[in-house]
Amino acid sequence: MTAWITGCLILLLKLGIVLVGLLLLAAYLVLAERKLLARLQIRLGPNRAGPLGLMQPLADAVKLLTKEDLAPAKADRLIFLLAPAVVAATALLIFAVVPFGQDWVIGGRRIPLVVADLNVGLLYALALSSIGVYGVALGGWSSNSKYALLGGIRGAAQMISYELSLGLALVPVVMLAGSFSLVEIVAAQSRYPFLLVQPLSFLIFFVSAVAETKRIPFDLPEAENELVAGYHTEYSGMRFGLFFLGEYVTMVVMGSLVAVFFLGGWRGPWLPPLVWFFLKVLGVVFFMIWMRGTLPRLRYDQLMHLGWKLLVPLALLNIVVTGAVLLLLRA
Amino acid sequence: MEPRRNFLAAAWEGLGELVRGFATTFIHLFRRPITEAYPEYHRPLPERSRARIILTRDPDGDERCVACYLCSGVCPVSCISMQSSQREDGRRFASWFRINFARCIYCGLCEEACPTLAIQLTPHFETCQYDILTLVAEKEDLLVDHGGKNRDYNFYRHAGVTAVGGKGEHLQEAKPVNRRSNLP
Repeated sequence: MTAWITGCLILLLKLGIVLVGLLLLAAYLVLAERKLLARLQIRLGPNRAGPLGLMQPLADAVKLLTKEDLAPAKADRLIFLLAPAVVAATALLIFAVVPFGQDWVIGGRRIPLVVADLNVGLLYALALSSIGVYGVALGGWSSNSKYALLGGIRGAAQMISYELSLGLALVPVVMLAGSFSLVEIVAAQSRYPFLLVQPLSFLIFFVSAVAETKRIPFDLPEAENELVAGYHTEYSGMRFGLFFLGEYVTMVVMGSLVAVFFLGGWRGPWLPPLVWFFLKVLGVVFFMIWMRGTLPRLRYDQLMHLGWKLLVPLALLNIVVTGAVLLLLRA
Repeated sequence: MEPRRNFLAAAWEGLGELVRGFATTFIHLFRRPITEAYPEYHRPLPERSRARIILTRDPDGDERCVACYLCSGVCPVSCISMQSSQREDGRRFASWFRINFARCIYCGLCEEACPTLAIQLTPHFETCQYDILTLVAEKEDLLVDHGGKNRDYNFYRHAGVTAVGGKGEHLQEAKPVNRRSNLP
């Protein structure tokens, strides 16, 4: 009984720490992005709130929380109010299956540094990222605004298209690791990260991941110079904040998924596993920001062309080749 | 449509361009930001940039303004008002002069209209106030003790009223012509 209670307590504590850590990371990612993007454009970035602008996330949070929460008069109210939560919640939930460090042993008790080691963790992550589409599409539709609707439609089309290549790019990883569990996949990379044997898969997954986070060069759903703000045009206050938070949490989550699937997760020499995982995630996220500072937005037909005519066939070809090579090696 | 190029060559070229783009932005990370941190650093503004309005004086220390109402008339937002008066020596002046800076759009038309270079715009632009009524400037707020952009110019020396001097007394002014002796 006591073992059960301590287990519960440890799980709750872990949950709390992961949740707070993730939210803090997302909040400071906003600042980091603004700072880095500014430096990429030879500007300074936010530097007024606190030393070096470090209190900026706090100021943003206060601002968003105290702003008026508006809903358009003819909006579908219930869906309008719920949509941002869907985006933020699904993004947060994906992180539950991500292993972020080696198991700890405290007082003879093994504490795995993952919230839930699902045996179908990979499918769970993909499924939740699919549910995230609903937040965007419904948020855009329920606003009863043309811009938001266009953004929502674009978002739905884009995310559904790139989910395909996102999933297909992971099939070779599953073939190599022989498991859907993210913990197992990290364990399978004990000798070398999958990046070395699956560079094409990595590339396809990364591009699709950026498209899933709706970031430049794939930010068509919110293309501000065409659609005002796309699917979240009509949102204000903390509901807009939730969309924003969801986007940045998705960035962290996609970064950690790239780290887990291709960069060996928390594995690495010399430094502690937790630090390695953190560094890898930050590396991926830095590249995403760098990308935003470099590339222009794709046109809509280019986006669809890239997804359906290039990434999906390449991913399929990659699966066939990987399967053939594995068959030859194991025969 | 241009002939279709070799796909691999095009992909290779595209990759090269991509790498170049990323390298360019990466180098920018290490460049010094060109931002001027405003409240700490004030960019020196051109002398003729248009902001807060002043009323200048001529080199003798007299007010240049002759209360002709031209600035008030040309002002597109009607933010200038005044009352003209006359001194005993015949020189006109504004007994009160008021500019509502809450309404002023800093277009500079008053400065262009002014025949005596009295009203001038200065580069001093930090005029924000919490209370809108504090933006209404009276004559004593506007008057300065210098000549602004044209310190040496003295309107009265060139075209002052005859009450001060006789005809032909002013600078660059020809003597009056005697119409009787001027006939051919």
